[in-house]
Amino acid sequence: MTELARDIIGGKIRAIARGISLVENNIKGREELIDALFPHTGKAQVWGITGPPGAGKSTLADLLISCERDRGRKVAVVAVDPSSPFTGGALLGDRLRMQSHAEDDGVFIRSMASRGHLGGVSGATLDAVKVLDAAGFDTIIVETIGVGQTEVDIIELTDLVLLVLVPGMGDEIQAMKAGVMEIGDIFVINKSDKEGAEKLRTEVEYVLGFKYAGEKEKMNPVCLVSAKMKKGLDHLRNEMERLYGQLEESGELREKRKERIRKELLRIFSLKIHELLDRKMDFYNNVGEWAEMIYNKDVKPYHFINERLRFFLKKESE
Amino acid sequence: MSKRKLRILIAKPGLDGHDRGAKYVARALKDEGYEVIYTGIRQTPESIVRTALQEDVDFVGLSLLSGAHNELFPRIVDLLRENDAADIIVFGGGVIPEEDIPFLKEKGVRAVFTPGTPIQEIVDFIESKRDERNQ
Repeated sequence: MTELARDIIGGKIRAIARGISLVENNIKGREELIDALFPHTGKAQVWGITGPPGAGKSTLADLLISCERDRGRKVAVVAVDPSSPFTGGALLGDRLRMQSHAEDDGVFIRSMASRGHLGGVSGATLDAVKVLDAAGFDTIIVETIGVGQTEVDIIELTDLVLLVLVPGMGDEIQAMKAGVMEIGDIFVINKSDKEGAEKLRTEVEYVLGFKYAGEKEKMNPVCLVSAKMKKGLDHLRNEMERLYGQLEESGELREKRKERIRKELLRIFSLKIHELLDRKMDFYNNVGEWAEMIYNKDVKPYHFINERLRFFLKKESE
Repeated sequence: MSKRKLRILIAKPGLDGHDRGAKYVARALKDEGYEVIYTGIRQTPESIVRTALQEDVDFVGLSLLSGAHNELFPRIVDLLRENDAADIIVFGGGVIPEEDIPFLKEKGVRAVFTPGTPIQEIVDFIESKRDERNQ
């Protein structure tokens, strides 16, 4: 095992931070590091917080950190903000709302830029969570970028998803649509001090009522919270604990985590095949020339690629 | 191969609440393609240093307009050193009298940018240190 992996498991701040940079920058050593840390993962509870921009995700994360610290648990946060599609730059401002924990040894906060990844997190978030898990944090909170309707990757990296909604964003038809509205394990209606919060709760419960008609006890909890006024948090935290216990007991948590591994294996497999094929076919160096041929109608796109692949496979079997 | 993303913490130690300059620089550096972490006003040197460590930044840019730069800037440089992070490059800005700049540089603040500095000067400074950061 490398010194870096050892120091991460030992909980050293700089090593943890460097480990996350290493997976984020996808530099040499990433695969070895993740494999070395893997046996030490799986102990942390991993929570996701998602919702539209300005819904109060970071402020809620800040309060959940306090709840966990009160219970003597060590907490890490990965907060994702968008990268500019034009310059690649990013302004990472989520931790601004969590700086009251900056001097606490039991709290580690890391900002991540999405770096072109479209699902609400970054391509390296899953591995960053592994680093933090191996480093011994009891609870890991992943905060997504402010999402619209389709950024749902968070379900694939966390055990429990809090979907944060705020009043004034549309009628119940919005809540019936596919996408983000389907991924919440717990619906958090934040800014409950604002007008329309009760109405939103009724609408969300109305829509959930369709899904769970006849089995109301399975319905997702809907919690009214005011992060600003620090109201409703105990109720939310209790619901989270109850649901987590239920997931553990029913075996659903195990299945969720296995599903996560299946998806990860598929991703690694696709990436490796892609790299291998590119090495053999030299795709990126030739694609300009091929596009030219197709533009001139010399060849047809599917036929051309199928021919290239056949050629490659034949060569391999010889 | 694209260049590694440099990460920069823009932080405001001390008690003044004038964050326009810090926000301007944070935004401008984002537009230049850097990943900028912004933590808001009234941060203690300890919280700035911990943030720098957790975020694995390449640079810490400090903004201060209260006049306490001669105490707070060197304190942050020292704390980084104590935490085995002397490699992180510290620069500063804000209302800093010319005559204080040599003292700050001697204390390990690598550059000081006073009001009116074009953003390109800060970018040039950052780029001139890229090789040092990649070691």
